[in-house]
Amino acid sequence: MSVQVWTFVLVGASFALYIALALWAKARSTRDFYVADGAVHPVVNGMATAADWMSAASFLSMAGMIAALGYGGSVYLMGWTGGYVLLALLFAPYLRRFGRFTVPAFVGDRYGSQTARVVAVVCALFVSFTYVAGQMRGVGIVFSRFLEVSIETGVWIGMAIVLFYAVLGGMKGITYTQVAQYCVLIFAYLVPAIFLALRMSGSPLPQWGMGAPVDGEPSVLERLDGLNRELGFASYTEGGGSLVDMLCVTAALMAGTAGLPHVIVRFYTVPKVRDARSSAGWALLFIALLYTTAPALAVFARTNLIESVSQQPYERMPGWFKKWETTGLIRFEDKNGDGLVQHVGDAQLNELHVDRDILVLASPEIGGLPDWVAGLVAAGGLAAALSTAAGLLLVVSTSISHDLLKGALWPSITERGELFFARVSAAVAVVVAGYLGVNPPGFVAQVVAFAFGLAASSFFPTILLGVFSRRMNAAGAVSGMLAGLAFTASYIVHFKFVHPELNSAAHWWFGISPEGIGALGALVNFAVAFAVARFTPPPPAHLASLVDRIRSPR
Amino acid sequence: MSNQLDDGVRRAYWRANLRYLAILLAVWWLVSFGCGLVFAPWLNQWKLPGTGFKLGFWFAQQGSIFVFVALIAVYVVLMARLERRLGLYEE
Repeated sequence: MSVQVWTFVLVGASFALYIALALWAKARSTRDFYVADGAVHPVVNGMATAADWMSAASFLSMAGMIAALGYGGSVYLMGWTGGYVLLALLFAPYLRRFGRFTVPAFVGDRYGSQTARVVAVVCALFVSFTYVAGQMRGVGIVFSRFLEVSIETGVWIGMAIVLFYAVLGGMKGITYTQVAQYCVLIFAYLVPAIFLALRMSGSPLPQWGMGAPVDGEPSVLERLDGLNRELGFASYTEGGGSLVDMLCVTAALMAGTAGLPHVIVRFYTVPKVRDARSSAGWALLFIALLYTTAPALAVFARTNLIESVSQQPYERMPGWFKKWETTGLIRFEDKNGDGLVQHVGDAQLNELHVDRDILVLASPEIGGLPDWVAGLVAAGGLAAALSTAAGLLLVVSTSISHDLLKGALWPSITERGELFFARVSAAVAVVVAGYLGVNPPGFVAQVVAFAFGLAASSFFPTILLGVFSRRMNAAGAVSGMLAGLAFTASYIVHFKFVHPELNSAAHWWFGISPEGIGALGALVNFAVAFAVARFTPPPPAHLASLVDRIRSPR
Repeated sequence: MSNQLDDGVRRAYWRANLRYLAILLAVWWLVSFGCGLVFAPWLNQWKLPGTGFKLGFWFAQQGSIFVFVALIAVYVVLMARLERRLGLYEE
């Protein structure tokens, strides 16, 4: 069977599985719809969280990004995993103990303020919508590359699938489909990586093989370092940019991870407080499986690429080179007309452009693996994109039906009415997300900076203070949240949209890039919150005792 | 049951929790921001024994992530022990 046929078979089979699971796990109450009745086993929830968290970008682009950035790419690896330590130690157990359905509900109840709740709803909606548009686009791109349909058709197919299981099953349906999606995506990621590790280092463990000596010779990593030096690229294992900026980007990604609403809500679904802690640990273990493999895949694929094309005649390029050239993801221009491929650090002389996504997409072919592996990678990429999209859409629908409708506009709505509106808003959210996926506004590429920066500067400090400071009051929390948001959003908007031509280290404040500004935004939030709380009355007694209740496991 | 819990037990629980958090978060900082970034250039003069990994680079791309997983596991165990000792464990 050809790659095309395998792709149809494997993608089709995985979709059938998701739909079957959705039919089996239909939501019957709002508690089912919002938090899967709080009855999800911590290991199962950990797996679902991992799939929820790892998006199309983690699956397709991260390894390629690290291969291009080398040591500089470490900020993403540490930032997107270290946040789980904060989540497990500082957030998950207390939010589970609090035991409502959403993040805005926690903010509103803890500070006893409708304003705080509405500000939190607006943040949650904004963060989730920007993020989900990128996922829908990701679904479209995977479809178009593997099944040769247009990106638009791909987005519509993805929408139909998500619509079906998110609307029908709510959190319950999403949880079990995410478990299946995790299994598909991790299998699809590890198989090519293990094959490549075996071939290039002799070790089946990519994490070990990238640095282990090969038959007494230097390791693949050292070989790559040498190649990078020889060809005039920056060192692979050192450098990476200014220390201040690397620290800030790492901190912003960590705080943002801990503050992303679609991740936090997953911890409402486990039965006990201590399950929330262990579930975060399982989630990180499942995530670490992919995140420690990605840098190894980066090293193997980049070394393999350079060694097989550098200074070789263009006429004798391998088959995959030609195939991906037709998609525009590999571009070759023979600048000096010698018929050889020069892939060098100097942009004037470099003749080869390799898109970052190609590393994962083409790894089965580069490694000379059987056709079914390529089909598996397609199914894995779709699983990663769909699971994240579904988790985000659920946050959007709960924010609307529970926080806005039931919490603010129509408190007397019945349980059945609320469930109905939760489904309607999920459906509307899917359609809006699909529209944004088909007609992406110019900023989709910038959502990473935005979503993480805003989560880091709004939710992270506000939730942290809500648990760890009994003295923090509504006035402090709301002004801190608004100050952090305004600061971070205006910095990002200034450098990304208003004056993109000024977006360079020379113009940044303290040398901090827009990706890292969320760290400073969080500090602004803390400072303003403490200052305002200092000069306003302490929270009333019932809120102080709510804090005591959250802190105690029973 | 929960409202009869004595304030002394709750305070002891919270104090012990804060102590664990301080220690674990110090390690969290040390392996990521410390070994992975601030001290990485200095650590890079050594290699992870038996491999070609420069030590700072290894912490940034592998080691810190392993330690993160271990930190959560340790916290889970410590808190379960604390809750048992103070009679706060949920069956």
